[in-house]
Amino acid sequence: MRVLIIEDDHETASFLKKSLKENGHIANIANDGELGLQLARDENFDVLIVDRMLPKLDGLSAISTLRAEGDQTPVLILSALGDVDDRVTGLRAGGDDYLTKPYAYSELLARIEALARRSQPEESETRFVVGDLVLDRLSHKVTRSDETIVLQPREFRLLEYLMKNAGQVVTRTMLLESVWDYHFDPQTNVIDVHISRLRSKIDRNYEVPLLHTVRGAGYVIRDSDL
Amino acid sequence: MTAISKALGTAAFRLTLVYLLIFMIIAGAVIGYMFWRTNNLLTEQVMQTVGAEVKGLREQFSVGGVALLEQTVERRALRPGNNLYLLTNSQGVRLAGNLNRVPPRLVEKPSGGVFEYTRLGYEGAQRRMAVGSVLGVSGGALLIVARDIEDQRNFTSGSRRIFLWSFALLALVGVGGGVMISRHILARIEKVNETAQTIISGDFSGRIPITGADDELDRLSESLNRMLTRIEQLMSGLKEVSDNIAHDLKTPLSRMRNRVEGALREGGGEDDYREVLERTIEESDELIKTFNALLSIARLEAGAVGKSFQSVSLSDILRDVGELYEPLVDDGGMKLQLHVEDGVQILGDRQLLGQAMANLFENALKYGVSGGCPDKKGQSMIADISVKLDVVNSEARISVSDRGPGIPEGDRARALKRFVRLEDSRSQPGSGLGLSLVAAVARLHGGDVVLEDARPGLRVVLSFPIEDKSAHS
Repeated sequence: MRVLIIEDDHETASFLKKSLKENGHIANIANDGELGLQLARDENFDVLIVDRMLPKLDGLSAISTLRAEGDQTPVLILSALGDVDDRVTGLRAGGDDYLTKPYAYSELLARIEALARRSQPEESETRFVVGDLVLDRLSHKVTRSDETIVLQPREFRLLEYLMKNAGQVVTRTMLLESVWDYHFDPQTNVIDVHISRLRSKIDRNYEVPLLHTVRGAGYVIRDSDL
Repeated sequence: MTAISKALGTAAFRLTLVYLLIFMIIAGAVIGYMFWRTNNLLTEQVMQTVGAEVKGLREQFSVGGVALLEQTVERRALRPGNNLYLLTNSQGVRLAGNLNRVPPRLVEKPSGGVFEYTRLGYEGAQRRMAVGSVLGVSGGALLIVARDIEDQRNFTSGSRRIFLWSFALLALVGVGGGVMISRHILARIEKVNETAQTIISGDFSGRIPITGADDELDRLSESLNRMLTRIEQLMSGLKEVSDNIAHDLKTPLSRMRNRVEGALREGGGEDDYREVLERTIEESDELIKTFNALLSIARLEAGAVGKSFQSVSLSDILRDVGELYEPLVDDGGMKLQLHVEDGVQILGDRQLLGQAMANLFENALKYGVSGGCPDKKGQSMIADISVKLDVVNSEARISVSDRGPGIPEGDRARALKRFVRLEDSRSQPGSGLGLSLVAAVARLHGGDVVLEDARPGLRVVLSFPIEDKSAHS
């Protein structure tokens, strides 16, 4: 995955670049808005990471310029401003996701990977398959080894989101955002409890576990054989 | 003196002057016109009387000739009053009448007009004004009939003088009144100024005195006072935040720093370092959460967020959040009871309201206890956490009750403040910001929070004004 980091803080930018490299991604850095816009126009990236407050051209203007030019590269906005209103303006300017500073690297990684995936035209897929687990989005049916698993509506959406991002780590806040549409940071382990309920339904009676906990990051659903 | 000169320089005084000037110009024009018209009218009236008399005398002449005319004129001239007559022959010699000569002005203008005269036998006395006309009698003889208008003139000029004096008096009173009004207003504005000065010098308790006149200045003062109160609240909020930061953020920061420093000093293996680093990340995450919560509360209280409220369903939000927390309540061995009235709409922000409700659930989870007592009939257990939404007196009320130790009445107001963690809860994890965020969200939505005794336990009651559908097109 090719990532463009538009961030004026050198240390943050090089930390991100190094970390992304460790995860097998290639990152370029632009230290101001104008350079960032230039690079985004000239080269092809899978994801842009854009800081909101930048010298020369602020992040939101850069994003809306790109969008106006028809560039649809997914954008993750990084910002120190984390209020509901700031978030709304960020997404309205054309950002696809919004992360408030300071953040955990694992959160950022999970989000850009999800963004890069989202840009591929899989949204219209009606069936998700992970190992012998099958989720049908039309009939709302879930089967494992051809046995029907009955899920609550919310559990279905949880599993749907995990399977859509199969093989990718999704964080707790990503789950809270996409399944419940709330953006706050829960102080307790609410999401973990929902996951463990889901897990008891899809994994408990089967030999191979599919839903895994990634320590310090979140969850991933994948076929262990891979 | 300086007070007067100050008053002279005020806008109020200038306005008074301008008003007075305009008033006097208009009044002067109206009164001047009135004088002119009255004078003309009086002169015309005199001319008409004179005309009538001339007509009568002409009849005398046609009946009895010059002789009868002379006789009549002589008789009439002897009557006291303002009537003036003169009959001359063709040589201009006086035959009868009480005028001493033919007034030259009248000869030039035979149709009649104003002229000066002297009465026969009063030569050397002051000349007087009269109005009259000339009538040519047969053979070059002239008959002059006139009326004295000196008294009328005197009356007019007398009243003109009175008017002028009144004008002068009016101007004087006007200017004086202007000065007085200006000084009065100036004194009140000076009070506003004094208050502003006290505040500039740092004392925020100063307020502008209200005179009780309930006029526009009082209303202005009231608005300014309300503004000052609001600013004072914001300032004290800001001060509180910085105090809080100093205490509740610096303490964990220095703890973190000490730990890292200790690890560096003591050395140790990679595992030791790793452990210290992991704990440092955990602790910094906690700090970030606290910091975020603190910032949100400060911005909520400053009214800096939520400008774009929309119609949201409180029922849906409460059900969503209830569903989110239910498994956690279950896992804690507690029982959750949710009574939600349908279709309760308010104007608000879904995210903020959701977070506030999540905080209430988390609080109830944290401080509530499981295994509550059986109800009176001993049949079923009373719910450990009971959540209710209903509409009372056009207010949406959310109450969240737990069966925990509750909060003593004296501590309830304090519990809504930032970072206040009551003694009993010190051992529990948490930032002490949960309830104050709830309170800030409620206030931003025009609502309120009340802590009550759930006997046993704590009941938090949030109230919001429900959306006025009629005001919403």
